[in-house]
Amino acid sequence: MEPSSQMRAGFLDSLGVGLGIFPLGIALGVLVVQAGLPWWLAPALSIGVFAGSVELLLVSMIAASLPLVTIAAAVLAVNFRHVFYPLSFPITVARPGIARAYSVYAMIDEAYATYVLLPRELNSSRRMITGQLFMQAYWVGGGLVGVALASLLPEPIEGFEFALCSLFIVMTLDAAHSRREVPSVVLAGLSVTVAMLAVPGAELLAALIIFTLTLSLRYAWSRQRRPDDVVTHA
Amino acid sequence: MPELGYMIAAVALSGLITLLLRALPFAILKPLRKSKFVQKLGQWMPVGILLILAVVVLKGEIAARPERLWVVAVATAVTILVHLFAGRRALVSIFAGTGVYVLLLNAF
Repeated sequence: MEPSSQMRAGFLDSLGVGLGIFPLGIALGVLVVQAGLPWWLAPALSIGVFAGSVELLLVSMIAASLPLVTIAAAVLAVNFRHVFYPLSFPITVARPGIARAYSVYAMIDEAYATYVLLPRELNSSRRMITGQLFMQAYWVGGGLVGVALASLLPEPIEGFEFALCSLFIVMTLDAAHSRREVPSVVLAGLSVTVAMLAVPGAELLAALIIFTLTLSLRYAWSRQRRPDDVVTHA
Repeated sequence: MPELGYMIAAVALSGLITLLLRALPFAILKPLRKSKFVQKLGQWMPVGILLILAVVVLKGEIAARPERLWVVAVATAVTILVHLFAGRRALVSIFAGTGVYVLLLNAF
């Protein structure tokens, strides 16, 4: 594909995600102003940190002037889930150098969800980086709009953040299309159920840890059962 | 308002931690790419991670508006049905689900 059509594909990749990110960016901007913090904190968070949920959390922590140690611990806990993404994120698609570095820095949940499922032969460095750049632009742009809106609107329209729910539902359906995915779906469903019951408040990280452990058991079990067959099937 | 230096330090520190969490596993995994175990995990993980993300954000949405559980249920069903029966076009399904959610939330 030509460079321009690769970039168009990247832009299209970002649209569905953008529907969820842009309103969240607006929420961030509104929150910054309402917390009595300077407007530039919204773009500073979306560029300096660039990690959805934790940015909203940071606004309230900074507004409360919490100690830096507390902030560091919270960021570490909330964002720790990212250590699980590199096992399947197609980082080698991004050209080594600036493109690959940017792709790692901009590996938000939505970018992971968008590109982990895209067949390698359709993906390209240009496409993936364009998509990720647009996703960040929605955050930064949404934040600036939110800052501007905070003083104007009495009450913003609610509910656009559901786009993120829809996005992850759709991606799950696409990933679960074949029968060999059933064991992973079942194990993940059990993991998240246990995590929500046992560790409310940190269920995302807990679910990912439990899920990884059960997959390790599954691997050990499948090796024991079919030692030669493990890689080609299952 | 908090001091300027404090705010800059908070953003820089949070950014550094986030970047390290994203970058270090790639560096550590590089020599492990040939490991069958790592390959298997990479193959098995995406669908499960996506399901977990979906469940957790849905739960967050319900927790934010417990009295609107039915709106979340309807919008989730619309997203799934549109996706399965209208050609699996992600954008269309996301628009449909979000549109229904915003409409119901603001109408009732």
